[in-house]
Amino acid sequence: MNMLFSNYYQTAAVVLFCIGFSTMLLHKNLLKKIIGMDMMDAGVFLFLAAQGYIKDRVAPIVVDGVQSVEAYINPVPAGLVLTGIVVSVSVTALMLALTVRLYYRYHTLNLDEMIALAGKEEV
Amino acid sequence: MEFVQNFPFFCILLTLITAVITSVIGRRKAIYLTSLLITAVTAMTVCVLVYVLRTGESYAYMMGHFPAPWGNEIRVGVMEALMMTVFCFVMLFSFIGGMLPSIREIESTKYNIYCILVDLLLLALQALVYTNDLFTAYVFIEINTLAAAGLVMMRQKGRNLVAGVRYMMMNLIGSSLFLFGIVILYTITGHLLMVNIRQSVAALAATGEYKIPLTIVVAMVTVGLALKSALYPFEKWLPGAYSNATPSVAAMLSSLVSKGYIFLLIKFYVRVIGFDVICNMGILDILFILGMLGMIVGSVSAVRAKTTRLMIAYSSVAQIGYIFTAIGLRSEIGIICALWHSAAHAATKSMLFISCAEMDDACGGTHLRKHLKGAFYHSPLLALAFSLGAINLVGVPLLSVFMTKITLVQAAIDVGGRHMGLVLIAVAISTLLNAVYFLGTTVNLFTPTKEGDEVLRPTVRKNPFTSVALVGMIVLNLAMGLLSQPILSALAEGLKNFA
Repeated sequence: MNMLFSNYYQTAAVVLFCIGFSTMLLHKNLLKKIIGMDMMDAGVFLFLAAQGYIKDRVAPIVVDGVQSVEAYINPVPAGLVLTGIVVSVSVTALMLALTVRLYYRYHTLNLDEMIALAGKEEV
Repeated sequence: MEFVQNFPFFCILLTLITAVITSVIGRRKAIYLTSLLITAVTAMTVCVLVYVLRTGESYAYMMGHFPAPWGNEIRVGVMEALMMTVFCFVMLFSFIGGMLPSIREIESTKYNIYCILVDLLLLALQALVYTNDLFTAYVFIEINTLAAAGLVMMRQKGRNLVAGVRYMMMNLIGSSLFLFGIVILYTITGHLLMVNIRQSVAALAATGEYKIPLTIVVAMVTVGLALKSALYPFEKWLPGAYSNATPSVAAMLSSLVSKGYIFLLIKFYVRVIGFDVICNMGILDILFILGMLGMIVGSVSAVRAKTTRLMIAYSSVAQIGYIFTAIGLRSEIGIICALWHSAAHAATKSMLFISCAEMDDACGGTHLRKHLKGAFYHSPLLALAFSLGAINLVGVPLLSVFMTKITLVQAAIDVGGRHMGLVLIAVAISTLLNAVYFLGTTVNLFTPTKEGDEVLRPTVRKNPFTSVALVGMIVLNLAMGLLSQPILSALAEGLKNFA
């Protein structure tokens, strides 16, 4: 239990991921599903960013000559988070555009209703 | 370094550049350029295959001459080159074979986007097969997903849009699980390069440290990639996506996209974690059971399907079940069988989708199986290609899927115990059901129509592109069947250098 509290960033990240996961799976509303998807991604990015951070250390940008290795944090997780965010934004944009398209066509955001309505259309 | 070693990198770069050029040129030029690109990539991949077969070793290639982890690294061996060669040929024939139907079904203003998405699909597939870095794999998984979803939605009909959304939803859950899995693995090992992770995991496995986190990582990556490759019970998105897409897209999705993920999963097991470590986790048992259920449930659904395309789509669920059953057998022969069936199924399923779509069109624009009666008499090449694919998937000797079944049973006998009995029963039931739906449809194609039959008036169109592609696919399938032993031996040799 103490580990959960001392690693609260990671705990929060996993909770966020689980909330997003269940939202995406259980809700029928497309917008809520997209929000769930973003929460899942945010959970992963928080987890990764938290792993890259070490208290009292700074970003590895040399300003006053090279200090010891212990002065800096690992920059790789931050780079990975940035890449991940780019991917996540692209996916969200596509999903939102698609949702708008489907809403104009079926006048609903409920995925089950959309599937039923599409099933009645000509093949 | 020999010049040919640069080819995988050249292929990736060429695909990326072509995708950009395709966006600014004319519609017809875009289609020709994409055909040319796939042909060039296929030719270069064949050269790489010949090179690695000659040397018998795999090599790591530093992108931009920076060693990993600063630079990005790809690794090419017999396994990668062989799978990529089959994938390239399948993609070439699928694109050319479905060219005219695609032009008919897609709005003319969308041709460029269609070609860009095909280019991106080829790019992502190459990167998934060659990459030696887990985060690069994640990025290209997402590119693959976006390109595939875009291709599903190329026909601007409601069914396609809904199928695209369902495809995206399931695949994005899979991507997120994969990403979380590799992030946890990175925090445990401190590496993203596959070879380095393997060394760290081997050290951890020896001491027994981080056993639970490692199991969670493997479970997340497995579920993520199983979702994306439509393993039962995660296959709900598959029938809609495959049966409503244009013929080329259906062929590419069923043959290439799902197989790219399966190849990555096998790479993750063998190269990243180590197959001996995976075998002690119990996750393979779950894959084994789900694979067998997929073999039977997919076949039952295919028997019940009324349209031919839906039948072929459900048959993919069964065939993916074969692959996961083989992986779940915990043996090297099982892995070889899974890789072989990935290639064999890719070659066969693309031929079935292309021939079926054209046959549907020739039989009066139908989608129903019963309307295909007597199709051989007005479209002989289409009927022959469909029949070859159908009898191949049933498991007729001398063809490629027969070797899958033999290898799978051989692997199960080697493992022994309950696995052997279960595999024998599942293969027998699945083969019987395959015969029911595929042979039933094939016999229907060769049965002459008579008065009172419920068939539509044939509307045969001249389509030289499809004819050329189908001849290529028939040759590819026959070649894979006849050369199955040398290919299986090459896969076995390749597996030694794959880890």
